Amino acid sequence: MNLTYVVRDSTTMLRRNLRHLSRYPSLAVMLIAIPVVFLLLFVYVFGGTLGAGLPVDGGGTRADYLTYLVPGIWIMTVSSVANGTAVAVAIDQTGGMFARFRTMDIARVSVLAGHVLGAVIRTVLALAVMIVVALLLGFRSDAGVVGWLGAAGLVLLLAFSFTWLTVAMGLAAGSIETASNTPLVLMVLPVVSSGFVPTEQMPVGLRQFAEHQPFTPIIETLRALTSGAPVGSEGWFALGWCVVIGVVGYLWSRRQFGRVPTR
Amino acid sequence: MVGLHKSFGDHHVLDGVDLTVPGGTVYALLGPNGAGKTTMVNILSTLLTADAGEVRVAGHDVRREPARVRSAIGVTGQFSAIDMFLTGRENLRLMADLSHLDRRSAARDVAALLDRFDLVEAADRRALTWSGGMQRRLDLAMTLITRPRLIFLDEPTTGLDPRSRREVWDVVREQVADGVTVLLTTQYLEEADALADRVGVLDAGTLVAEGAPAELKALVPGDSTNLDDVFLALTGHAASAVGATHTADAIAPTAPNASTAQTGPTDQETTAR
Repeated sequence: MNLTYVVRDSTTMLRRNLRHLSRYPSLAVMLIAIPVVFLLLFVYVFGGTLGAGLPVDGGGTRADYLTYLVPGIWIMTVSSVANGTAVAVAIDQTGGMFARFRTMDIARVSVLAGHVLGAVIRTVLALAVMIVVALLLGFRSDAGVVGWLGAAGLVLLLAFSFTWLTVAMGLAAGSIETASNTPLVLMVLPVVSSGFVPTEQMPVGLRQFAEHQPFTPIIETLRALTSGAPVGSEGWFALGWCVVIGVVGYLWSRRQFGRVPTR
Repeated sequence: MVGLHKSFGDHHVLDGVDLTVPGGTVYALLGPNGAGKTTMVNILSTLLTADAGEVRVAGHDVRREPARVRSAIGVTGQFSAIDMFLTGRENLRLMADLSHLDRRSAARDVAALLDRFDLVEAADRRALTWSGGMQRRLDLAMTLITRPRLIFLDEPTTGLDPRSRREVWDVVREQVADGVTVLLTTQYLEEADALADRVGVLDAGTLVAEGAPAELKALVPGDSTNLDDVFLALTGHAASAVGATHTADAIAPTAPNASTAQTGPTDQETTAR
C-alpha cells in the first residue's frame, strides 16, 4: 500500500469522522459540558472553602482555587472527549463498519487514523472552550509564550495517548454501553490526584496513590507551565506517562482491531 | 477452497470443506444457524484466517495475498453495515472514495445506484431514519459501488419482506449477467433454487451434499421446500436441532486447532476468472 493511498484513505476517514461531529453536535456539546459543570461546581460551591485550605500565606481565596483547579479541569476535558471516542469506535465495531472496511482494499491504518485525528481535533476545540470559560471566570496566567506552548504540547500529547487508549477500549468493549462506561476511570482518576486538592491532606494510602498515579505529574507540570513556575523532574514523569499510555493504547488497539466482532 | 478447517476452542466450526465456484456463477451455501456459513464467508473475505486448508479467491491465496483478494471482492454481511449517521448518498460516496474512484465517476455511480435501488427519495436523509429493508438495499449498493468481480452475500434476505427479497434476487441475477461471481448463504431452499447454479448444504461444519438445485430437491421426499425436510433427508436429523446445539457465532476465537490439517491440491480455485 503506497503512501498516496494512506493519505487519501485517511483523509476520507477523517472527513467521515468530522461529518459525524457536525451532524451530531449534541454529543460533543455534552462531553464539553461535563468538565464545564465540574469547573463551575468546584469554583463556586466548594471553591471558597477549598481555597482557604490551599498552602497560600494567610489562606487562599476562591480566585486562588480557580487558578489551582484549571489544569486538572483541562485534563478532565481531554478524558471526556476521549470517552466519546470509545463510544464512536464501539459503534463502528459492533455495527459492522470496521468489518466492512477490513474487507476492502484500503490502507488499514486509515480506519483508526480517522478516529484518532478526529478525536485530537475535537479535543483542541473542547480545550479552546475550556480556556475561554476559565478566562471568563477570572483565570489569569503569568506564563509567557514558551510556557503556554509547552502546556499546549503536553495536553495534545496526552490527548493523542488517551485517544489510542480509548480506541482500544471501544474496540474491546463489545457493546456501546460498556464503551461509554470503561473510560469513566479516566474521568475519576483526576479527582484522586493533585488536580482538585493538594495531596498533602489525604490519608496516607490514598496520598501515596495520588502522588504516584500518572495524572499528578501531568497536572503539576501543566500547573507549573501555565503559572510560569519551574517544571522540574515532574515534567519528565509527565512525558513518560503520556508515552507509556499512548504506546499501550496503540498496541492494545492494534491487537483488538484484528478481531471479528460477534453478535 | 480445499480442506478448510476452522475451530474456535474445541469447537470445530468448519471441518474439512472443499468447494469450487466457477467464475460467473452463483453458489448457494445452504444451512441452519451455526452450520458455519458466516465463518466461511469471514474466511473467504479475509476477516478470519483458516486453521488449515488452501483458500483461493479470484485466483489469489487469501492468506498470502489478502490485499489482492480484497480488491476483487465485495461483501454484504448478515447485518446492515452502514453508517447510520450519514445519509444514503454519503454512505455510497464514502465507499466510492475508498475504492479510489475519481470525483466524476463517483458522483455518477452513486446516482446510478441510488436510482437502481429505489433510494433516490430518501438519499439525503440519515440512514438511521430508514426502514430495515432500505438499509439492506443500501448495504448491497455500497458493496456494488466498488465494482467487485466476486460478491459474498451472507444471508442477504433474512428478515426481508417478500418484495425486498425479490429485489435482492433481481440484483444478484443482474450481477451474474455482467459476469460477476456470487457466493451466498441462505437458510431458504427456495432462495437457493431461485438463484443458484449449484447448492452446497453445510451441516455442522461439513458439506453434506452438493449439486444443482434440482438434484438436491430430488433427494427430498414430496414437494417440500422446507429446510428441515432437506436436512432430515440428507443428515437424518432436523435442521432446528443442529441450530440449537451449535452456537459457534457466540464463541470468540481462541486457540486454533490445526491437528486435523489436510492440504489438498491448489488447482481448485474459488473462481477461475
